[in-house]
Amino acid sequence: MTLDIRNEKGVPLARQVFTWRDMAGPPYSKLDDDAFTRIRVILMNAVEAEAVRFSHACARMNQDLQIPLAQVRRIEHHQQTMVNWLNPPDQSPLETTIGFEQAAIEVTAWVAQHEPNPYLAQMYRFGMLEDFDHLYRFAALMDRMSGKDVNDLLQSYTDVRPGRPTALEHRAPANDVRNPYDGHTATAQTKLNALTIVSAEHQVHDYYMNIGPIFADPVARMLYAEIASIEEQHVTHYESMMDPTETWLEKWLLHEATEVWTYWSCAQQESNTVLKGIWERFLDYELGQLQFVMGVMRRAGLHDPEELLPHSLPEPVKFESQRDFVRKTLANEVELTAVGAMVVPSTQEDQSNIDYRDQLDALGSPSEIIAAQYVWTPGTELDRIAHATH
Amino acid sequence: MKKPTDISNGGPLDGGHYAAEKLAWARDADPVGAMPPRGTVNESGEPTVFLDRLGERIAFERSGVRLYEALIVKLEASDRQQGGPTREDLEHIRDDELRHYAMVRDAMRRLGADPTAMTPSADVSAVMGLGLVQVLNDPRSTLTQCLEAILVAELVDNDAWVLLADLADELRQDDLARDFRGALGQEEVHLEQVRSWIAAAVRDQAGLGRTPPQPDARAP
Repeated sequence: MTLDIRNEKGVPLARQVFTWRDMAGPPYSKLDDDAFTRIRVILMNAVEAEAVRFSHACARMNQDLQIPLAQVRRIEHHQQTMVNWLNPPDQSPLETTIGFEQAAIEVTAWVAQHEPNPYLAQMYRFGMLEDFDHLYRFAALMDRMSGKDVNDLLQSYTDVRPGRPTALEHRAPANDVRNPYDGHTATAQTKLNALTIVSAEHQVHDYYMNIGPIFADPVARMLYAEIASIEEQHVTHYESMMDPTETWLEKWLLHEATEVWTYWSCAQQESNTVLKGIWERFLDYELGQLQFVMGVMRRAGLHDPEELLPHSLPEPVKFESQRDFVRKTLANEVELTAVGAMVVPSTQEDQSNIDYRDQLDALGSPSEIIAAQYVWTPGTELDRIAHATH
Repeated sequence: MKKPTDISNGGPLDGGHYAAEKLAWARDADPVGAMPPRGTVNESGEPTVFLDRLGERIAFERSGVRLYEALIVKLEASDRQQGGPTREDLEHIRDDELRHYAMVRDAMRRLGADPTAMTPSADVSAVMGLGLVQVLNDPRSTLTQCLEAILVAELVDNDAWVLLADLADELRQDDLARDFRGALGQEEVHLEQVRSWIAAAVRDQAGLGRTPPQPDARAP
């Protein structure tokens, strides 16, 4: 199935409307819905958050665009509200965190396998192994603080094992900046991949920065501080992969195209019928927004949007377990680090990374403290020591 | 355009709109989740309510182990008070909770159900327990405050074991009913211990004697 995004008109902006009940509608079920439903909600909340974030930055730099940006942004904000409010209130912040890390692993692993640029593909694999380790650390926290098993959320789609140790992920800022794709030659897939993953990582960062301080447990607070710092690195890492010479309008168009692509992906695979309806509705909204931005571009006379957009979208993001790929990547690429814009064996570690880590870890590493000797076990690690009673 | 409501003199206490709105939502809402279908959790033929409650106990006892571990940390950080718990007291209760977990886990397995699945009652019970996890793991909370949090857990735990043992009786699960009453007996001891530790701590903080005066001591 393909989608001709240049000609699909979608819903015009004037008909993209909401009510409060709409936006705060009933959530999905943490217990009954598929883990990939949660992942889709997390991803689309991230994509909408990025749309709003970008739109504000763009408005601050482009007076002529402020009104059209405000018009689209208000809708994006309400879309984000409606998507994010699908998260159920019995899903604790720590449980939602598990969903964030699972989303980061599974979606980034898919993107890494569908990235035509080998340099960028390696960068996705590199980041993915770091999020993989975060899942393990948070799993240990959930088990040891609350006595709960993360697999109730993961639903066996994702392994819980150490990745590249979080304590080794801290790098000097200059070593997190990558080389960008060339906007003139890069494929649509490359551009959509980058924007999707930077959206996801930015939202993870913002979420941890918001919920980290609500934990009373001092190790939990430190762990969120530590992993939020890595997510900040990941935003630096992924955003530097995008061509900085793209104009503001080009970037706006790409944002809309990314939203179309990701909603289109969700709509095709959603198992919850209510959410499927929301994804379809918002796909139509995004097509309308894309048309609107194409009109803004034409009036600005700087670009021909037809030339910037592909005839049809790349294949949809596949929401399914990437276990085999993740295991293979873990086996081959865990002992890597980044120096400058390149990923290199950890034997070639840069002194600036070592110095940076030594300072941060001077009084201990939260990710090491929480997961010392931790081995995920069905029913929590307590199950291993709770002897059979009969 | 609506004018802002004048609230300078205070208005009548009217929560009617608020309640009516919530009522509409409550009538339309789906539950947090259903029991997993047959072939996953429920192979047993037992009423799902029984398995749901067993799932809740599994989750609660496991969390209880973690709460007592946190309480042990708090005890170590606190000045010892006469009449308060010792480390050994708390370790003993923690180990009881772990044994209770294993007992219900094994019961669930014998009934052909999956003890690792989160049942709806387990989920809601964990939501209730979030505040306890917060109090017990907060470096600023006092030992007494933590004991009060544990008291909440023990009170709920006691009632839950009564219910579960009665349910097992009704379902002619005699072995389980016997085991559950055994656990209840231990939980009753935990509850009395926690109550006495709180009473001793509060009396001490109020500058009173460790034990309350007996009724005959007050007689003229």
